Amino acid sequence: MPIQEKCRVLVHQPIGPRFYQLTLLSRDIATQAQPGQFVEVKCADGYVPLLRRPISLHRIDPQNETFTLLYEVVGQGTELLAKAAVGAELDILGPLGTGFKIDPAKKTHLLVGGGMGVAPLMALAEEVKIQKSKACLPDRQVKSLDLFILIGARNKECVQCEGELKAVADQVIVSTDDGSYGQKGFVSDQLLDIINNRLSVVSCQSSVIYACGPRPMLKAVAQIAAQKQIDCQLSLEERMACGIGACKGCAVLTTSGYKMVCKDGPVFNASDLVFS
Amino acid sequence: MVASGTFGWGKEYSEYMDLNKLGAIVTKSITLKPREGNPPPRIVETPSGMLNSIGLQNEGLEHFLKEDLPFLAKFDTPTIVNIAGETVEEYAELAKRLSKETMVKAIEVNISCPNVKQGGMAFGVDPGLTKQVISAVRNATKQPIIAKLTPNVTDITVIGRAAVEAGADALSAINTIVGMALDLETGKSRLGRETGGLSGPAIRPIAVRMVYELARAVKVPVIGIGGIMTGNDAVEFLLAGARAVQVGTANFVDTAAPLRILAELHDYVHRHPRTLNLS
Repeated sequence: MPIQEKCRVLVHQPIGPRFYQLTLLSRDIATQAQPGQFVEVKCADGYVPLLRRPISLHRIDPQNETFTLLYEVVGQGTELLAKAAVGAELDILGPLGTGFKIDPAKKTHLLVGGGMGVAPLMALAEEVKIQKSKACLPDRQVKSLDLFILIGARNKECVQCEGELKAVADQVIVSTDDGSYGQKGFVSDQLLDIINNRLSVVSCQSSVIYACGPRPMLKAVAQIAAQKQIDCQLSLEERMACGIGACKGCAVLTTSGYKMVCKDGPVFNASDLVFS
Repeated sequence: MVASGTFGWGKEYSEYMDLNKLGAIVTKSITLKPREGNPPPRIVETPSGMLNSIGLQNEGLEHFLKEDLPFLAKFDTPTIVNIAGETVEEYAELAKRLSKETMVKAIEVNISCPNVKQGGMAFGVDPGLTKQVISAVRNATKQPIIAKLTPNVTDITVIGRAAVEAGADALSAINTIVGMALDLETGKSRLGRETGGLSGPAIRPIAVRMVYELARAVKVPVIGIGGIMTGNDAVEFLLAGARAVQVGTANFVDTAAPLRILAELHDYVHRHPRTLNLS
């Protein structure tokens, strides 16, 4: 069950311009959390800003009873959060929402992150690897090619987690909008390229795409997945108040009406979503 | 009590607190038929507050009676059902159906939702229409009726008196204040449906003033609502003349808010046994 508790800050460091990595201590959250879930963070005491900020889980470490968030300073809330000192306590509500559904029977796992959407892919990649090795016979190694990770960013400075992700899967493909690092263009173009050049029709059926990022990117990924008939899960972002399904504030249109990003999601099957 | 629309149907918060400890649970508004709600975005944060434009999303009366009310029936805490309609007849029908449910201890009549095209606040800004809705509900049920009032009027006491004359047993005030926030890049509203309802500590002084006015204008109990975040905030409403308070937006910020506020209120009463003159 999710809980609301004060969590001690163990690590809090800038990892790029306006990007921070924040590791917190909580046995309850670390042992229950699943990749794709998020926590609601009270960024500062007082009423400005009033609401918590939903931030996805970047790493989940049940052994050490910690979890890590990766965030970009984008406004008042995250600006105040960036000031939280190591040793201080932050009021956290979580773990919340419905995360990624990992099917270890799938042969190829394509993880796609745009911008800060790369954050939940680390926890996901680690879990995919664990589940795949459990599913494999003990004497067979997991082939690294089974786990492709594609990350896209505005420019070189904004590329996050490349090293970390490479440690889990050695196929990490980076693209930037301006071409200042990696391939030039959108991460969705890279996805299409990989599918066309590296996967056969048969392997499309035994593949799955997981993506997180800005809405236009998710729309492009969903279109590719539909066209190639590949199972696809998308993690969405929406403005939230309660984070637990009570206020009905974070609505997203699906084929069966409005669903709540905080409770029904943030991860949805791409085929259930209606993009505007 | 926990305020309508901020506590779901109780279940959502039952993982975080013992619902038995609350004074009452006021449900999110129930409508006769399911409502899918307004297009997103539905939430915008503003200084010390938030705008919402949910649009009364709910599964309708039948679903509520079958799925949600039985859950609430498991607790000692009284259930107050908040109802909303597009027409006077819809309010009457909702009240009639709920009058058969012994678990429902009172009906709060939402004539103050600012986020729907038909009904809602349209009734609560007009004393004649307020009377019509409350009379119809009065004729349909013997359960206590609470009229939930909108602050989006020139003189809230006119509406309050009309509700009491029509048979309301209590008034709750205030619902949200109509507001707007614009996106500086697009020049358009930051909400899917242009305007929304402002809540949170930002509206508290307005709410306290209106409760103060109502408490002096009517003889029935007034329930104070509007940005209560602490026990002291609740005390302020009680000093203004409220006989009870509802905690709303605070639930979104702190799942422990209602019980914390209750404890702080107890502490205040203990320290100031005569200030509140509670009888």
